[in-house]
Amino acid sequence: MAKSIKIRAKIKGDETTVKCLMTHPMETGLRKDKKTGELIPAHFINEVVAESGGKTVMTSNWSGGVSKNPYLSFAFTGGAKGDEVKISWTDNQGGSDSGTAKIS
Amino acid sequence: MIMNIKRRVFLRGSLAAGTLGVAASAGLLTPQTVIAAWNEKAFKAKSIDDALTAAMGEASNTASDAIKIKAPDIAENGAVVPVSVSSDLAGVESIALLAEGNASPLVATFMLGEGAVADVSTRIKMGKTSDVIAVVKSGGKLHSARKSVKVTIGGCGG
Amino acid sequence: MKITKLTVAAICALSASVVMADKKAADTTPAEDLKLYRDYFSKRFPGIPLNEYGNGVYAIDKVSRDSWEAIEEFPPYEPMIEAGEGMWNKPFANGKTYGSCFGDDPAQRQHFPYWDAKRKMVVTLPLAINECRVNNGEKPLKYKKGAIADLLAYMSYQSRGQKISVEVPDDPDALQAYNEGKSFYFARRGQLNFSCASCHMQSAGMHVRTDILSPELGHTSGWPVYRSKWGELGTLHRRFDGCNKQVRAKPFNAQGKEYRNLEFFLSHMNNGIEYNGPSARK
Repeated sequence: MAKSIKIRAKIKGDETTVKCLMTHPMETGLRKDKKTGELIPAHFINEVVAESGGKTVMTSNWSGGVSKNPYLSFAFTGGAKGDEVKISWTDNQGGSDSGTAKIS
Repeated sequence: MIMNIKRRVFLRGSLAAGTLGVAASAGLLTPQTVIAAWNEKAFKAKSIDDALTAAMGEASNTASDAIKIKAPDIAENGAVVPVSVSSDLAGVESIALLAEGNASPLVATFMLGEGAVADVSTRIKMGKTSDVIAVVKSGGKLHSARKSVKVTIGGCGG
Repeated sequence: MKITKLTVAAICALSASVVMADKKAADTTPAEDLKLYRDYFSKRFPGIPLNEYGNGVYAIDKVSRDSWEAIEEFPPYEPMIEAGEGMWNKPFANGKTYGSCFGDDPAQRQHFPYWDAKRKMVVTLPLAINECRVNNGEKPLKYKKGAIADLLAYMSYQSRGQKISVEVPDDPDALQAYNEGKSFYFARRGQLNFSCASCHMQSAGMHVRTDILSPELGHTSGWPVYRSKWGELGTLHRRFDGCNKQVRAKPFNAQGKEYRNLEFFLSHMNNGIEYNGPSARK
């Protein structure tokens, strides 16, 4: 199970709403370390891929302008209760994680 | 480690221009399998027009009231501003979310796959009071809406 | 740092109901203080139910409340609650757990802070957590953020719905600690020469630059807090520290006597309000 993604997937009628909360520093690369005065290197999720029913439902690309510990919500039709939703992220430093949840 | 980071970004950029582009135009890749390479040009663009041109192919857009932006009138902390964009335009392919006052205005793009509904939310950083702009690509054209968000520099809490 | 006479003239400018500040701390009992305190806020913000004060500034400001509700709908502190749960469940090196100290029940908020008559001191939950650790051979945790905040997030989450009920026993030492907390609250400090009351009682609901000052009533209910500003969780004493620095006063030690006594006073003033931590704030 993902260490850094929490997913809630709920279906109402034909529409599934997926909400996710990710744990990530989302550093823009523009912030200075208060103690050293050095710029903290950019470290942010730059891509999130959402899959369900064997298809990519949505791909989202981000800059460091998305908030720390980012939240994402999206919706799609054609899903069903019990289907799995998979969320995967990659960041600009080559890090990645993915997680799944069942639509309820 | 640092060399790897640079190389990875470089590779993604070249994939978008090279291999993937060729494969896509040859009809070898279906929309579901195209990986959206990170669009550095769009995300580092300093103006709305440059960002839109790089992200969506053009900058010209028409204001539409079929796009709703939900964002606070006053953001109590610019580090975490909840924003939602929804649209009932037909056949929305993608949505771009921009903060006009940010040094690099493009914050996020959403490529909608099969079955995706034009309804997305996230939380963004806003450096100063400005408009949040949502640009929606539908029917091959760009439609937009904007909402003014005041970003407060606090007295004590912020 | 000892205040022999409360400098309250400016605070009283607002209304006669701030009587509690206009006397020496020992002149009014905790019960009388509580009534004066409540009367003050109910006149100041008519129609706000007591429990709503647990939501801080969002009880009195609609604009910020909307975006706060959007954040609380899937709050950034959720992963920290899970991390705290992991801590609660993980045995110490000696095989015991936090449960061994807390009757196997993480929902401890309603029991703190309390007056320890034997040791003649106010005991807060973070203090008790570290005492549990040290008694079981573990190093104490830092008090303002980090692991302790995660554990507090879990324990507070489990405690949601419990009501704040802090008793000030009829004991001269307990009353003294309470009165020290009360004096602290009303004492002006720092280059800006503000007391807690200057902002959170006298000026509650008013702006300081672009911030709306939250009413002090309800201030202890929602901890630990994920502040957007911190981008992480922090404890109540972390905020005391920050507030003191913001009026350019020297802060006191987290979980030192001054802040524990202040917490004792404030918690008693908040009796009846539900614990609703952890919570998100700006």
